[in-house]
Amino acid sequence: MAGTGIGMSQAKRPRRKVKRGNLPGFGLSMGFTLLYLSLIVLIPLSAVFLKSASLTWDAFWNVITDPRTLAAYRLSLVASLVAASVNVVFGVLVAWVLERYDFPGRRLVDAMVDLPFALPTAVAGIALASIYSGNGWLGRYLEPLGLKVAYTPLGIMVALTFIGLPFVVRTVQPVLAGLDAEIEEAAVSLGATRGQLFRRVLLPEIAPAAATGFVLAFARALGEYGSVIFIAGNLPMRSEITPLLIMIKLEQYDYAGATAIASVFLSVSFALLLTINFLTLRYNRMLPAEPVG
Amino acid sequence: MSSNRAPLAATTESPWVRRLLIGTALGFLGLFLLVPLALVFVKAFEEGTAAYWAAVRTPEALSAVRLTLSAAAFAVPINLLFGLAAAWAIAKFRFSGKNLLITLIDVPFAVSPVIAGMMFVLLFGLHGWLGPWLFDHDWKVIFALPGIVLATIFVTAPMIARELLPLLQSQGSAEEEAALTLGASGWQTFTRISLPKIRWGLLYGVILCNARAMGEFGAVSVVSGHIRGLTNTLPLHVEILYNEYAFSAAFAVASLLTLLALVTLVVKSLIEWRAGLRSLR
Repeated sequence: MAGTGIGMSQAKRPRRKVKRGNLPGFGLSMGFTLLYLSLIVLIPLSAVFLKSASLTWDAFWNVITDPRTLAAYRLSLVASLVAASVNVVFGVLVAWVLERYDFPGRRLVDAMVDLPFALPTAVAGIALASIYSGNGWLGRYLEPLGLKVAYTPLGIMVALTFIGLPFVVRTVQPVLAGLDAEIEEAAVSLGATRGQLFRRVLLPEIAPAAATGFVLAFARALGEYGSVIFIAGNLPMRSEITPLLIMIKLEQYDYAGATAIASVFLSVSFALLLTINFLTLRYNRMLPAEPVG
Repeated sequence: MSSNRAPLAATTESPWVRRLLIGTALGFLGLFLLVPLALVFVKAFEEGTAAYWAAVRTPEALSAVRLTLSAAAFAVPINLLFGLAAAWAIAKFRFSGKNLLITLIDVPFAVSPVIAGMMFVLLFGLHGWLGPWLFDHDWKVIFALPGIVLATIFVTAPMIARELLPLLQSQGSAEEEAALTLGASGWQTFTRISLPKIRWGLLYGVILCNARAMGEFGAVSVVSGHIRGLTNTLPLHVEILYNEYAFSAAFAVASLLTLLALVTLVVKSLIEWRAGLRSLR
């Protein structure tokens, strides 16, 4: 697709004046959007980076390489990765079942998938902590088996799985719905087995959407606070997630320390955000273009 | 060619595999969604209906309800305005840096709620940039309603814009252009042509934004200061009750928020059913 030929022909073509569109209101809507984003997003965010810059380089380095900080970074990354991976496997399965099979209550189940988006995180937090604690509904059966969930890193993964559950389902579902049945029929009529069909025909279609869902769930899990702190146990070095460590520094009025930890964390989050938008652009291009107008 | 359009047996799974897949999916969803949902209501009524009503009607709970409602009453309309403006500018016009702008709108989704709250403490807190000036004028932002509103606005900022953008984009501009040609003013075109076309998506965006605004915990927790009966929103009230081991009271108040979430899901399903609308998030 790319090539110098295209670039040259574009350069030769006489440039027309930039035409934004035929509708009114560009200046007003764009002006308000930019003003709003500057006031609500850009200026407050820059406060974090500027405050962390008030530390000397050595002090900054000491905060972010403190063993307690590193343990919190590691826990946040690992727990979020595990939760997002669980959600990829089960998210694709749930999307498949909801799109391909009919069973009683399918519409109700479909609606329920969005519950983690709508349920306040604190409510999810106390409910999960209560379920998996030693005398809880599930905890009382799991703990005799030696499986402690509440107040351990495993509990954090459970909470993060809950929080990220809808993302993969909701990114994969429209892709499955848009697949042409004739492609599958063609593959089968050419002798593909069910396993080959899934690996060679369906998986390449689903994969970009599932990857987007994975990164969305991962990014959401990294920053999550409300649902985690009740079930985590919050022991330094063991079950203390990064947002909680920032909270603790803030409560001790160690603003510089809190912003140092936060600025590293924010950089990772922004990298993920760029990845998400790159992935979305890519798989949107692979879908057939929607008729406009 | 189209003589046999019944689905080929080979393109679907055998009944046993199908049952296994449905069972696994429902088991996963039951474990992660249904069990927590049931637990909230069972625990809320564990000590009887009288105790439930008593917990929901304490002065602290009622003031938390009021504060949560006021925060949402500020945050949702302003984010609605922003959502309309941003989606209009991005969907209807050509300009360079469009993808950058979309990414910028998504930024609040990527920022941890705790960091979101911290930003406003850095700006408006007593030791923050504007803190001393605000103190001299006796304006309280942090540990007061304005801080809670600001944190809520930030966290929910992208929701309505993200809901409207794909809708406006897929509809194109032909009908609006026709209206303008026939002599309608810009404002008439917007209110009579564009708004009716997106009304269901708009309603869902507002309702989802509202649910998030009322349920926000991390960001509000940083800026509120947890002053009982004064700066405690409903989720913060739930936290305090839970940490004081008043479990049934905590779940009673939590059940109010859970009902809000369920109403949100019901409205979403109704809208999707009515408009045949399928949204990605």
